[in-house]
Amino acid sequence: MEFRFTDEQVMIRDTAEAFLKEVSTSEAVREAMVTERGYDQALWQQISQEMMWPALHIPEEFGGLGLGFVELAATLEQMGRTLLCAPFLSTVGFGVNALLVAGSETQKQTYLGQIAEGKTATLAFMAPGSRPDARAVQVTCAADGDGFVLNGEYRYVLDGHTADILVLAAREAGSEGEQGISLFVLPADTAGVSREWLPTVDQTRKQASITLQDVKLPADALMGEAGQAWPALAKILDLATVAVAAEQVGVAQESLDSSVAYTMERVQFGRTIASYQAIKHKAADMMLKVEAGRSAAYYAACVADEALANNPLGEGLAEAASIAKAYCSEAAFFNAGCGIQLHGGVGITSEYDIQLYFKRAKSSETLLGDAAWHRERLARQLLDGDAA
Amino acid sequence: MKLSFSPEDEQFREEVASWLRENLRGEFEPIRFRGGPGDEHSFVEERKAWEQKLAEGGWTCIGWPKQYGGRGASIEQQVIFNEEYARAGGPGRIGHIGETLTGPTLIAFGSEAQKERYLPGIRAGKEFWCQGYSEPSAGSDLANVKSKARFDEASGKWILNGQKVWTSLAHESQYCFVIARTDPESKAHKGLGFFLVAMDQPGVTIRPIEQLTGTSEFNEVFFDDAECAADDIVGEPGEGWKVAMGLLGFERGVSTLGQQMLFQNELDEIVRVAKANGAARDPALRQRIAEAHIGLRIMRFNSMRMLSGGEDGSLQKEAMIYKLYWSSWHRNLGKLAMDVMGAESEIVPEAPYELGRLQSMYLFTRADTIYGGTNQIQRNIIAERALGMPREPRG
Repeated sequence: MEFRFTDEQVMIRDTAEAFLKEVSTSEAVREAMVTERGYDQALWQQISQEMMWPALHIPEEFGGLGLGFVELAATLEQMGRTLLCAPFLSTVGFGVNALLVAGSETQKQTYLGQIAEGKTATLAFMAPGSRPDARAVQVTCAADGDGFVLNGEYRYVLDGHTADILVLAAREAGSEGEQGISLFVLPADTAGVSREWLPTVDQTRKQASITLQDVKLPADALMGEAGQAWPALAKILDLATVAVAAEQVGVAQESLDSSVAYTMERVQFGRTIASYQAIKHKAADMMLKVEAGRSAAYYAACVADEALANNPLGEGLAEAASIAKAYCSEAAFFNAGCGIQLHGGVGITSEYDIQLYFKRAKSSETLLGDAAWHRERLARQLLDGDAA
Repeated sequence: MKLSFSPEDEQFREEVASWLRENLRGEFEPIRFRGGPGDEHSFVEERKAWEQKLAEGGWTCIGWPKQYGGRGASIEQQVIFNEEYARAGGPGRIGHIGETLTGPTLIAFGSEAQKERYLPGIRAGKEFWCQGYSEPSAGSDLANVKSKARFDEASGKWILNGQKVWTSLAHESQYCFVIARTDPESKAHKGLGFFLVAMDQPGVTIRPIEQLTGTSEFNEVFFDDAECAADDIVGEPGEGWKVAMGLLGFERGVSTLGQQMLFQNELDEIVRVAKANGAARDPALRQRIAEAHIGLRIMRFNSMRMLSGGEDGSLQKEAMIYKLYWSSWHRNLGKLAMDVMGAESEIVPEAPYELGRLQSMYLFTRADTIYGGTNQIQRNIIAERALGMPREPRG
């Protein structure tokens, strides 16, 4: 049994850690997060062309590096740790995974190639006010000659206002639940697509609304079979969920590390506050959360690899994703929240970074289902005999 | 990273499982799933016979080197054995202290004579051991032991005086390993000796401690001029702490997956009850049952990490959180069990106080966060050793 990093995976993790420490500094994050775009384009060029991270788990035949989900998770963990402001989760967690799961050979050739060269992508599926299940898909699609016409509004689309490539979920008018859902891939500048940035509480992660007005798509924009896309979409969302969980481990880790560092410096009553058991025990609880979360996230990453290869072990993807997301969501939130407490007064100032982690922890928790949502999904499997 | 065991290990798993299928039945059927934590008082004679059955099959002490009668099994194989043993409903092991603590200690620190004298009895499932560490004033602060050992030149024997507490299986064991002060003036971890003491002698008195479950897994053991042969000290006088601490490193988590299989059995039982009595439709209980499931799965992933790394025996972070993690999880499971049972949780199956399995688990899990290093001590260890925060002042 080898449930640990290989030497190569350690190298990838260390490289990511060193690079991000250089480029995703507190100053860089604060500069990028107040812009509407939300990231520095020169840095994205560096990330995509020098580090080649968007190509990490794209197979070599499509211009990628052909590595696995564990390598991806290791990189995402470091991104979470430094709150990297970049359209990476949207492009890779959502876009690349959508193309890998549902794209035709031609679509993969076209779009994965573009992503490997630095284009960005995202997935839109949620109607305003919805939760991340099949009912969230409310945009309609109808046959239009050889192609399709789409109408409706998406909200909560990660980097939706800046992405070059869009993957869209839509349903046949009158269909319900898991029936009648289709996936499409298209350039974001397609006629009829209008996009608007939505300001967010967590400024390090950008969201947008996308409105479709009589958007006409050719037949080759369709991914897979018309009306049959729910299983593929569910799998894409599970893969993206694992990616978010890996990021959350990084958020939880840095919240712990920065808080311990602060308490080792801060002196009250003539001793560093780190010497008080009240502080130490809180820190110990935080470490328990981050280590257990790490075990969950990397297990899920291993299962994600199996799922992408369509191996039998991959059938556990939904369960593994829910376990990881439920636990890591709470771990990140717990650690960032305790982190503010351990920082004392400065924890609630904008000057210290712990508040940024606290905001990221919450936005990540909400993204793709919070802990309670994933627990209920597991409960259905455990108690009702339904598939999750 | 890989998720599966090797084909050789899977073959070993099948060997273990099939032996258990063929042997854990008939006269041993009643002891399946019995004798675990909180139930150690049950079926003692049958479980002793079972130890000998295991020994005949070559399934005791599998992690010991072959020269001492073991199989020299790898960590993975030991994990697999424990997991399959628990899955098959193997009863609580009366021999586990001898197998996992006494044996490895003697192999590492004992004299050849001690190995020859004591290892075969453990391996054969015929001689049982208990552990004489804790004392009334030496709980978490183990180095504060007050028991004394004095060498009597006239008889050529060590004479022990003092009191041990929380000694499980003392009344079923032939021997006890004891740490006691060889230097009466010494303090803390200096001046201790590690002794192998026969329990059946006039100087040893055992008094059971009745627990909140009404049963008695633990005992107090009193030494009043108890005797111990001159060569039944392991290491030199004054080396007791080194020997005792070395022993703590031997377990290395091989039993964790077996323990988790017991936990899984308990969780399965809770799910069965919830489905039967409608608790499975209660949104709040659904959340907690799912949370318990998540917690147990992550416990397994954590063990897999723990068992995959640290070939040099260094303590990894995932190992340092393990006790705090499982004990807290199990204690929560106890409360969940009662809440799922609802009003029925208060009704004892048999008068006067024969608790049901889940009731007993609920009460006994309160011990989990205390023994083997309380949660508070675990948090100190994590903060100090893993996070590098300042150490507690020690008197």
